[in-house]
Amino acid sequence: MPNAAGHERPGRGSPTGPRSGRGSRRRAVAGAAALLVAAGTLAACGSGGGGATTLTWYINPDSGGQAEIASRCTDAANGAYTIQTAQLPRESSQQREQLIRRLAAQDSSIDIMSLDPPYIPEFAQAGFLAPIPDDVAGRVTQDVVQSAIDGSTWDGKLVAVPFWANTQLLWFKKSVAEKAGLDMEQPVTWEQLIKAAEAQKTNIAAQGIRAEALTVWVNALIESAGGHIIEKTADKPEDIQLGLTSPAAVQAATVMHDLAASGVGGPAFTTSGEDANVTDFEKGSASFMVNWPFVWGRALSAVKAGTLAQSVPDDYGWTLYPRVDADKPSAPPYGGINLGIGAFSTNVDGAFQAAECIVSEQNQAYYFTTNGNPAAKASVYDDPEVIKVFPQAPVIRESLEMAKPRPQTVYYSEVSGALQREYHPATAIDPEQTGKKANDLISSVLSGDQLL
Amino acid sequence: MSTTTLPPTEKTQPVSAPPGGLSDRSKAERRLGWRLAGPAFVVMLAVTAYPILQAVYESLFSYRLTDPANRTFTGLTNYWVILTDSLWWQSILVTVFITVVTVSVELVLGFALALVMAKALAAIRPVVRAAILIPYAVITVVSAFAWQFAFDINTGFVNSWFAWLPGVGTDTDWFGDKWTSLLVICLAEIWKTTPFISLLLLAGLAQVPEVLQEAAQVDGATWWQRMWRVTIPNMKAAIMVALLFRSLDAFRVFDSIFIMTGGANGTESVSFLAYRQTIARLEIGLGSAVSVLLFLLVVAIAIGFIKGFKVDLSQARGE
Repeated sequence: MPNAAGHERPGRGSPTGPRSGRGSRRRAVAGAAALLVAAGTLAACGSGGGGATTLTWYINPDSGGQAEIASRCTDAANGAYTIQTAQLPRESSQQREQLIRRLAAQDSSIDIMSLDPPYIPEFAQAGFLAPIPDDVAGRVTQDVVQSAIDGSTWDGKLVAVPFWANTQLLWFKKSVAEKAGLDMEQPVTWEQLIKAAEAQKTNIAAQGIRAEALTVWVNALIESAGGHIIEKTADKPEDIQLGLTSPAAVQAATVMHDLAASGVGGPAFTTSGEDANVTDFEKGSASFMVNWPFVWGRALSAVKAGTLAQSVPDDYGWTLYPRVDADKPSAPPYGGINLGIGAFSTNVDGAFQAAECIVSEQNQAYYFTTNGNPAAKASVYDDPEVIKVFPQAPVIRESLEMAKPRPQTVYYSEVSGALQREYHPATAIDPEQTGKKANDLISSVLSGDQLL
Repeated sequence: MSTTTLPPTEKTQPVSAPPGGLSDRSKAERRLGWRLAGPAFVVMLAVTAYPILQAVYESLFSYRLTDPANRTFTGLTNYWVILTDSLWWQSILVTVFITVVTVSVELVLGFALALVMAKALAAIRPVVRAAILIPYAVITVVSAFAWQFAFDINTGFVNSWFAWLPGVGTDTDWFGDKWTSLLVICLAEIWKTTPFISLLLLAGLAQVPEVLQEAAQVDGATWWQRMWRVTIPNMKAAIMVALLFRSLDAFRVFDSIFIMTGGANGTESVSFLAYRQTIARLEIGLGSAVSVLLFLLVVAIAIGFIKGFKVDLSQARGE
């Protein structure tokens, strides 16, 4: 699994934010990716409409899995269509920016898009996604985990085709957990983790960076405590009801505050994203970490490359996302990629056929085992091949069934941006006040009274 | 050297153009100038004036890119929203801070480098010039990444190299605080654009007539006196042009902030604010208004320099 870190990006992109080594390199690659996209587009224009049989699939950068699936589906189509891929920028927020500007100009070259779930409502509401025929909708949701269906739904309708589904697990060093006397077979709470980390003089790697990753964390904490960032959505942005002052949100903010105040977030807590977190976890300065499953593949390929001792991944343990409330099951983050069909595509029917091929069980299993991106279809998790590569598969599946999406709203970008502004840095969170401030900020941003 | 000689009390001759009206020759020159520059002028109008006017127009609307049906005329509301928002004023302060710090440091450094480039031994002069210019050839985004890597707590070497400095340690998180972030941003900007200033100043240095230097030397002026009373006054135009260009440039700072902090910890500049409203939020109206205000500020800086410091851009041509 080369470049294991590359593939889970869509579930967690960070709009801005300083990056660790790996993340930064990715952004450098983003420029090249943009060039590639431009080149792809020019090529599409040059071929005089490209013929109705060529479909362009805009993909998020991964380890090559989507390109391989595209060529497999092209072969399977027997000349009915050819799928070519065009690569989008690394960061999911930048993928959105690029796609949405092109779709606003009714770009007909966009047939299939790999979409990060939180942005799907925005695309759907703007009419940028071709409506999914009922028969297709029936087929592509069969046997699919609930969170992936939720993430592809807007306004009660399926608007995107579930492709792969991501979720965060709690990763821990078995040796340290044992020393701390934590029974990892049982659900653990954030409070227990913080205490254990303090006692063992180790860190908890969580995403304190001002980026999308922070929103993922805030949302998971609030949902785990039984609350919601958006209590009730509405057509008019100013009518959206927020839940950031609820007791659940206060409880969530308390966890963030406690983690930051106790110092167990590590010295670079407020600038750490997923990549920096893994580095800390691999180095050993952090012994607990909430992160996407890519960390497993990353460790294995580092061992293969000789940069990491085999004993490190051997000590990895994994379990469900920590609880906020000891009595309530946690609500792990949900991410992944779902496929949208461009509303201005000249071959919508062909694009739906291609999308159905792309999300087939075989392709999802292939994508899971080679690129480390967990499947949206539940049956893939029973595949012995998958379990061999990903011993975490059963836990991932369980986590996906419990996972809760980030707030589904047309104004996701604003909501997320405002949350990041108020909940960062976590060291400055006041559990009682921060939620209220974020509530006010989101409300006034949404009613157009404030900048972001 | 005699120590009794008084320093020159009179200013050296100004280098302005000869007085009087336009001669036929200058009129013909002017016409030719227009003819030569005309096509470029038209292109400039098309690629700058048109977007500027469109931005001004769109700034009067509440307009979201994904919701064109609900575009409504709101007059100056967007401007009111911006100017009453503390975030705008904070961004202005950050931008002014970066501009003042980087431009003043760059001026001093750039001048020193220009002197080195001008006085370096002929044998190594091309090498020195090329070496000094390298940072300017680096794309800003790349330079921002390089500096970010250097200061990053995981990948950086700065923490371990400078651990002997008070306040720096292996766990110093440079991007975790407003002022340390701004320090790194300023450093990156200074490293990147000092060559630009020094190049302009080198051109200015070349304009200072050697005879004046020699005359001053004969009069017994020290190196320092020659610098202050001969060199610098004669290259005032070049200095002002360098300052003006670099200030305008610095005021639009975006790349380094985007890469290094993403606007975290109150490091957003005005350009960053415009980006966030227009591109990230897709609020074309609000974003256009921010851009228009940024444009007005840049114009104000330019006018301030030209009127306030009496910069005559044509003087920089060395006539």
